[in-house]
Amino acid sequence: MSPSQPLRKAQGGRIDRTRTVAFRFDGRRYLGHPGDTLASALLANGVKVMGRSMKLHRPRGVLSAGVEEPNALFSVDWGSGKIPSIRATVMPALDGLVAQSQNCFPSVNFDLGRALDFTHRLWPAGFYYKMFKWPSWRAFEWAVRRTAGIGRLPDGTDRTRYRHLNSHCDVLVVGSGPSGLAAALEAGRRGEDVLVVEQDVAFGGSLLHDPMAIDGAASDDWLEAALAELDGMDNVRLMANATAAGCYDHNLVTIHDRSAAYRSDGPVETFHKVRARRIVLATGATEQPMLFGNNDLPGIMLAGAVHAYVGRYAVNCGQRVAGVVNNDAGWHSLLAVHDAGTAVRAIVDTRGDVERELLDAAEERGIAVHPGATPLTARGSSGVRGLRFAAANETTKQVDCDLIAMSGGLNPTTQLYSQAGGKLRYDERRHCFVPDKDPADLDVVGAASGSFGWENGSSVRPCTVAPVRTGRQWVDFQHDVTAADIELAVRENYVSVEHMKRYTTAGMAVDQGKTSNLGVLSLLAQLTGRSPGEVGTTTARPQFMPVTMGAIAGNRRGDFYRPAKRLAAHDWHAGEGAVFDDYGAWKRPAFYGDDRDASIAREVLAVRQSVGFFDGSPLGKIEVKGPDAARFLDRIYVNNVLTLKPGRVRYGLMLNENGVVIDDGVFVRQDEDHFLVNTTSGNAERIAAWLEEWHQCEFFDMRLVLSNVTSQWAVATLAGPDARAVLQSLPGLIDLSTASFPHLRFAAGHLADGMPYRLQRVSFSGEQSYELSVPSNRAASIFERLQAAAGPGKLVPIGVEALMVLRTEKGFVHVGVDTDGTTNPLDIGFGAVVDRKQRDFIGARSLARPNDRRTDRRQLVGFELLDRNASVPAGAHFVTGSNGGRRSEGFVTSACDSPTLGRTIGIGLIEGGFGRKGEEVLVYDSGRNLPARIVDPCFYDPSGERMRA
Amino acid sequence: MLRIPCPYCGERDEAEFRYGGEVPGSIPQTDVGDQAWADYLFARDNPKGLVHERWCHSHGCGQWFNVVRDTVTHRIHAVYGAGEAPPVVDCSNESQADGGR
Ligand SMILES: [Zn+2]
Repeated sequence: MSPSQPLRKAQGGRIDRTRTVAFRFDGRRYLGHPGDTLASALLANGVKVMGRSMKLHRPRGVLSAGVEEPNALFSVDWGSGKIPSIRATVMPALDGLVAQSQNCFPSVNFDLGRALDFTHRLWPAGFYYKMFKWPSWRAFEWAVRRTAGIGRLPDGTDRTRYRHLNSHCDVLVVGSGPSGLAAALEAGRRGEDVLVVEQDVAFGGSLLHDPMAIDGAASDDWLEAALAELDGMDNVRLMANATAAGCYDHNLVTIHDRSAAYRSDGPVETFHKVRARRIVLATGATEQPMLFGNNDLPGIMLAGAVHAYVGRYAVNCGQRVAGVVNNDAGWHSLLAVHDAGTAVRAIVDTRGDVERELLDAAEERGIAVHPGATPLTARGSSGVRGLRFAAANETTKQVDCDLIAMSGGLNPTTQLYSQAGGKLRYDERRHCFVPDKDPADLDVVGAASGSFGWENGSSVRPCTVAPVRTGRQWVDFQHDVTAADIELAVRENYVSVEHMKRYTTAGMAVDQGKTSNLGVLSLLAQLTGRSPGEVGTTTARPQFMPVTMGAIAGNRRGDFYRPAKRLAAHDWHAGEGAVFDDYGAWKRPAFYGDDRDASIAREVLAVRQSVGFFDGSPLGKIEVKGPDAARFLDRIYVNNVLTLKPGRVRYGLMLNENGVVIDDGVFVRQDEDHFLVNTTSGNAERIAAWLEEWHQCEFFDMRLVLSNVTSQWAVATLAGPDARAVLQSLPGLIDLSTASFPHLRFAAGHLADGMPYRLQRVSFSGEQSYELSVPSNRAASIFERLQAAAGPGKLVPIGVEALMVLRTEKGFVHVGVDTDGTTNPLDIGFGAVVDRKQRDFIGARSLARPNDRRTDRRQLVGFELLDRNASVPAGAHFVTGSNGGRRSEGFVTSACDSPTLGRTIGIGLIEGGFGRKGEEVLVYDSGRNLPARIVDPCFYDPSGERMRA
Repeated sequence: MLRIPCPYCGERDEAEFRYGGEVPGSIPQTDVGDQAWADYLFARDNPKGLVHERWCHSHGCGQWFNVVRDTVTHRIHAVYGAGEAPPVVDCSNESQADGGR
């Protein structure tokens, strides 16, 4: 026996005794062996307290030997950063690993938060709902947030690499116990493509600690042969250290694969999405705790776990064991534990009718048996010293012990089964929920199906609340829910399982109630005079085990989270001093230069006084071609499309069927049957898809094709009084004089060097303006040529922010900024256009509803602040009323300090705005009420002379 | 996550598709009453059982088509082209057969 591991047996177990691993837990160094989990290595070293409960900070020891563990949750660092809430019962003891207990300060053995436990009467069920109501939840939130929760997020960048893999198989076997392996062998021998998933580091399930005879052979030999045979089949994949975490429609199973999580050159986690023709669930069963006073003391464990620790890890969890059981599986574990050298003193069984065979087996071993007894309370404060129970003759007895091994019955592990749509049935005799009606293409085998291997024995007696109130009786260890909390909630009429769960938070901790849900249901049933079947279960949602967010995200993080779209001439802009910002998916120049406000003002004035250059390439461009193109677009646009002549351009609005404005922009008739639709930059893909949907689903008899050519063409916009002169210097361009190419015209051709171009005269700035499109790969070269043609410093590049100021001065709406999900075209001044159109268009019928015609709707207006030096942001509200509080009449949608006008102007939506020109209103912003005057939204060149010049 | 048989490409994963909701009734004439128009816009059957719905193979061929799906079992009984009449689906042996058009 290694002196450092006093509770390690001299022989046995599936650990590699030839090597040791050294790790730290709460600052102290411990030794273990490869094959250990953190929990088994700590138990071998005599460590009992491994965590603190979340709410009351009670000391807790390890309860289980598997994924169901509610207590021993550590923050663990094995070289990839600190990962919180790792279950010590499944985490391998790695050399150099550093683990810390959670939820305690300063240490797990002396935790100041324990003071909370002595005030537990102040923390009843529904505590949060009762206590934090006055004056408001916000008054308490900061303090609650500091103490609530389990574990802390890791600091810094996650060094783990994550990836996603999709695959298919004929048969997916979840679980590698005897039933799972048998199913895999059968399918493998048939030649089917098989995948076996095991969340443990090793295959074998219960066989790893509980040997039995299989097909006449010792299970160790059977296991070795089975694994060798499966390994030799090309059509079988074996995957350990991987958890089937969720089951979705059409047999899709997600698997969190940690098999490469402990690599020395950096951890890798894989998230598999496996599509299986057939799923075999061999997920086993989970042992449930018993109910008695202080049943959460360190040193109280599940009997099957005590068996696992001694059988698989050669660790004696105690010297003197008392068993508390209500079923035959508990006896099986306790007898095995005793035979393995962990002495069992007594077995307390709540059933009076224990099988003679079991009683004899215990008595042979010198174990005192107490059938028909009631466990009362565990003695001890930070560890078990004894168990008090009422014997069948109602005398109170006591047994000295340092470990209580309890078994409240087995419950099939059916989370995935329920997610797949399987129905459960309450089994009275076994006191658990078993699969009843399997979904298509899914089978449940072994303990998961309710076959526990002792079907001929006595039935299970459900736990009841111990009659003597000597210590709290815990139902949910992780969330600190007691039997008394359940009773209180029932008295307050929380009798639906869904309400009970939310009110007491039982089963809602990170263990998802794997060891508490059945206990809650069972108590609820007893207290309300129903059977657990009538109470019903809740369905555990994915994930079965916590999955790291990184694994779910895969490589979609950092730059890959939302890949930026870069302009074809991105580098050219950078060379011009552009400061980029995100506009939708695009990275675009916001402005050029160092000083944001000064740059924007300079760029605006350049457009107003000489000429500015804007890269409008993201502008949506959709070709619509075919004999019915005009008829189709006439259904799409509010505006009349049929009357547009070839070579002309018209501004249009698109609505959804509910009459709400969803996009705007110009459309061009290039030819009789050929149109070009411009959409706003952020909307190009959405509108292209939307047009396709209308064409394919509703107007499929119209002959036309749609093609989104947005990224094919780069767009150079030249705007300002000197725009024409600069542009005309490109050799080969058409005559741009207003007489031959007035506002709202389109032309296409080739420049002298053969470069194809498209040119439209449209304006978003209110100045004379041209949009020149050239193939995207020529963007930078055409920009340079325009710059050279203008002369040094003459052609001023402008960013999106300056353009927004220019269009606000002009009162042009920006759909999605000046409109929202309720704005119809009438609200933004297009009533006349709507009423002129005699034919149906998308949204037309909605505009005839009385509500769409109300004159007190929020309507688009301009406003100017009376104080010329004040400014106000978009989002500020127009308010009325003073003494009795404020009421919003609408809000500012765009505002700017106009360099052209030298004051703050803006546009917004305000109730009945069209009839309120000249009225003074208040604009409320951050505690200030600023007087403003409602005016026409067009502040600049209302007659449009400059635009058409 | 469903497996959806695109009539043009074959069976593919749901991630390749865009959902278009229940197939609506045909677009009413402009002189339809307010209530009938509201029903067309907003009211859907949302059946427990067979539903006729639109899907677009947006990351594949880009085509819209219709699917007959059982909302309880998620079984896809049939697919048919946009604008075509829905095929008659025999689901007499399924308990949830209800709500078809
Ligand atoms: Zn397709």
